[in-house]
Amino acid sequence: MKKGMVSLKKIRIIIAALMFAAVTLLFLDFTGVIHEWLSWIAKIQFLPALLALNVVIVIALLLITAVFGRIYCSIICPLGIMQDIIAWFGTLRKKNRNKYHYTKAKNILRYVVLGVFAVLMIAGIHSIAILIAPYSAYGRIAQNLFSPIYNAGNNILAFWAERLDSYTFYPAEVWIRSVPTFIIALVTFIVIAVLAYRGGRTWCNTICPVGTLLGFISKYSLFKPVINKDKCIHCHLCEKRCKAACINSDSQTIDTSRCVACMNCIENCHHGAIQYKCTWGRKPAKQDETAENVNIKTSDGKSQTSEESAETNRSVLTDNVSTARRGFLMSLPALAVSSVAMAEDKLTDGGMAELKPRQRPDRGEFSLVPAGARSFGNFSARCTGCQLCVTKCPNGVLRPSTSLLNLMQPEMSFDKGFCRPECTRCSEVCPTGAIQSIKPFEKSGIQIGHAVWLKSLCLPAADGTKCGNCSRHCPNGAIEMIEIDGPKGEKVEVPSVDTERCIGCGACEYVCPVRPISAIHIVGHEVHKEI
Amino acid sequence: MSENKYNRREFMKITGAAAAVMGLAAAGCSDKETRSRGGTMDLPTGEMTYRTAKNGDKISLLGFGMMRLPTTDNRSARETDGEIDQEMVNSLIDEALKYGVNYFDTSPAYCKGKSEASLGIALKRHPRDKYFIATKLSNFAESTWSREESMKIYENSFKELQVDVIDYMLLHGIGMGEDGMKVFNARYIDNGMLDFLLEERKKGKIRNLGFSYHGDIAVFDHALAMDVDWDFVQIQLNYVDWKHAKEVNERNTNAEYLYAELEKRNIPAIIMEPLLGGRLARLENRRALNKLKAADPEATPAIWAMRYAGSPNGVLTVLSGMTFREHLRENLRTYSPLKTLSKQELDLLEDVAQTMLSYKTIPCNTCQYCMPCPYGLDIPSIFVHYNKCVNEEKYITEQTDDKYVQARREFLIGYDRSVPRLRQADHCIGCNQCSPHCPQRIDIPEEMRKIDRFVEMLKRNDGKLNS
Repeated sequence: MKKGMVSLKKIRIIIAALMFAAVTLLFLDFTGVIHEWLSWIAKIQFLPALLALNVVIVIALLLITAVFGRIYCSIICPLGIMQDIIAWFGTLRKKNRNKYHYTKAKNILRYVVLGVFAVLMIAGIHSIAILIAPYSAYGRIAQNLFSPIYNAGNNILAFWAERLDSYTFYPAEVWIRSVPTFIIALVTFIVIAVLAYRGGRTWCNTICPVGTLLGFISKYSLFKPVINKDKCIHCHLCEKRCKAACINSDSQTIDTSRCVACMNCIENCHHGAIQYKCTWGRKPAKQDETAENVNIKTSDGKSQTSEESAETNRSVLTDNVSTARRGFLMSLPALAVSSVAMAEDKLTDGGMAELKPRQRPDRGEFSLVPAGARSFGNFSARCTGCQLCVTKCPNGVLRPSTSLLNLMQPEMSFDKGFCRPECTRCSEVCPTGAIQSIKPFEKSGIQIGHAVWLKSLCLPAADGTKCGNCSRHCPNGAIEMIEIDGPKGEKVEVPSVDTERCIGCGACEYVCPVRPISAIHIVGHEVHKEI
Repeated sequence: MSENKYNRREFMKITGAAAAVMGLAAAGCSDKETRSRGGTMDLPTGEMTYRTAKNGDKISLLGFGMMRLPTTDNRSARETDGEIDQEMVNSLIDEALKYGVNYFDTSPAYCKGKSEASLGIALKRHPRDKYFIATKLSNFAESTWSREESMKIYENSFKELQVDVIDYMLLHGIGMGEDGMKVFNARYIDNGMLDFLLEERKKGKIRNLGFSYHGDIAVFDHALAMDVDWDFVQIQLNYVDWKHAKEVNERNTNAEYLYAELEKRNIPAIIMEPLLGGRLARLENRRALNKLKAADPEATPAIWAMRYAGSPNGVLTVLSGMTFREHLRENLRTYSPLKTLSKQELDLLEDVAQTMLSYKTIPCNTCQYCMPCPYGLDIPSIFVHYNKCVNEEKYITEQTDDKYVQARREFLIGYDRSVPRLRQADHCIGCNQCSPHCPQRIDIPEEMRKIDRFVEMLKRNDGKLNS
């Protein structure tokens, strides 16, 4: 490396810092502005792109790896960059500066984890597999741990803005959308932070399935750091500062399947003995494996190209999910216990009626997922639970599921709002194709579920109170009020749902006055059909 | 609108930001004008204007309304569930008495039923001949229309107030309800409560008997035509309701008519809502406010409105619910003594009323009679936000309007700030429990629906087509 040039390490740090800031901001922003500019960052992540069958991105990432090594892990993967930051803190103290040392690759562990990951993904047991998916693990950390802090900061600004009669900031509710997902995010963060603080890229080189997969390619990458045996004086400095533990100074070799191309060793070597350079011609035999025809080992040992394998994954998954009946769906509170809101006699002025919190109604066996998901099967097979859509949902509708099979994957709930007709944010941000891009005008024609009316709970039918709030708020005009005989023999108007026109947006459920269980609720459909 | 380089908003932003930087709370800015004279130094002793009741009682023109008592969380008991700050109540009443106020008006319904007891505690500390107590038979709920239940309310008032004699007793809010006449008969005639109260007056348990009126004019006319010697009648009077009550709400009646009817019969009038529930004190409409400020830069809108209500000679006392000491002091100054309004000043206030009415606000004065809504809506807060936006010209329905995008943002953000989502207008089911309780006779479900439709329109159309 010539003097005077900007070092590769600095370039890497600058790009990584920008990427990390951008992806974090993407996860923190709740106003719906940032994603219009930055949602591409989520879409260039490897696993999401693979699940979205985004051939261009997947091939580009594989090519980049084939040429430059695992720079993906150093400048694109937010979880990787986060580990670098934590690892840097771990080397601040003088005695820790040279704490790393070479270890043998734990290849058996790596391959087993990758294999199990692939099997689980194909079998549709996502809830376990996506625990170690790097991008979505970071998303969960950002959404569950960082965004409350960000929102709290925003709320302080909003507090002042309100008092200054300004509308620049408005408050964002801080709430745990799902306790299991929060705990998973917290545990993931602690485990990865401890590993990174102590051993740098341990996680990336033992557990991470994307790291292992890219390692197959980077082993034969065109550009890689190479030790010049003539210049090397065996000082071990490079090895002691390699957070990937992949430099063996004794044998003067670098295990490039684990090297994340951070360029630290190049800058650390006082003798200019390490160079990042083209190795074309040295190992010509390996080259053809790297580019277009990348081999991916699937569980049954067959070799397929990445495209084909993803295609197969998907079809297998769809079948599996649709056949795997969710016997362990949340047990639902008996409807009978739900009490009808009764108007109390008013004796004095003022005060505010208590609002009982909503309970989750029986949504049927298919979780309710947003328009654009195409079907529950497609959604379940592709969603990695990164929580990006959950962050973006301005109506508080989306939150991670707590059912075991779909753990961390979002589902819809209408206790804080409903899926508004003009909003398509989740479909704009989803990087995996679990929710595919739709336009608002398309949304009003996509049926994700339908409303079910419970006569025993409905106010007019139960005590003759006039209501009709569901009918008034149905954006599709799918609820008509019809006259029936009331409890005291008088005529009362009750809703009648035209299930052909109902798209399952949840407006009726949201505005229904009956608590804790709404007298009208949405049941999810297996396949989203156009009406 | 914006002749100045800085409009108010920008000015507020700049000064507000400066205040924030210095760590000063921005709250309380609105009280700065005359209140800064403050203190008791300039409070005139012994100069209060008094009027004479039928029986010769000398009553201070300023009457203390006990509907908005202070709470320990520094707000009025109307707005919060906080405990009434009894020490503050005592202290305010001591000061009021010291400077000549001697009429105190309460009701079993006020402050979630705690007003009478609080007043009783405060007044017990003073000689009984120094003040007059007014309370009401507030049997609004249908469950209290029976004679037994109404009697309980009546008798309980003596207990709460710790007195043997009530100086002024009112039938509370006659004319209210879906069918005003039917409700009036059910509450006071059919159960014999009016006859009973007349009997009590003969016995001396009640010294003066009257009624307060809101709503159906037929009930007002009917009550005056009855063979009852009313000692006084309580009506809503202010410079908006004088001629424009119908514009505020079709079912209301001009104070001009009500007052004239009382004057004809030599019945003294007690005035409620002189500030229209505080709306004439805040006067959010900038154009209207500017007109008053131009005429007298030092006077607050409240001073104008209080002078207006006290000016007619047939007015016995003007009730003001004074939560904070500065309210009390300002009113004491205004009425010690009263400077009656000139013809020119009356014309000015008529002009101000017309300006206000050119903005289509909802005539809610946050009295909270409608609350609690059984379905959890915060009705007054919804109306306050809506009116604020109308007055500040943020109620824009046309997407092609240049200001639409900004006004939309401010309306929606302000709405969420003022009212939690689950208490907003879209949760109104139209049960209409509220409307019969509304002294302004607002068709609350109808207004909720209008606001809901407007909000829905705003949410669906971000106005980006326009920009």
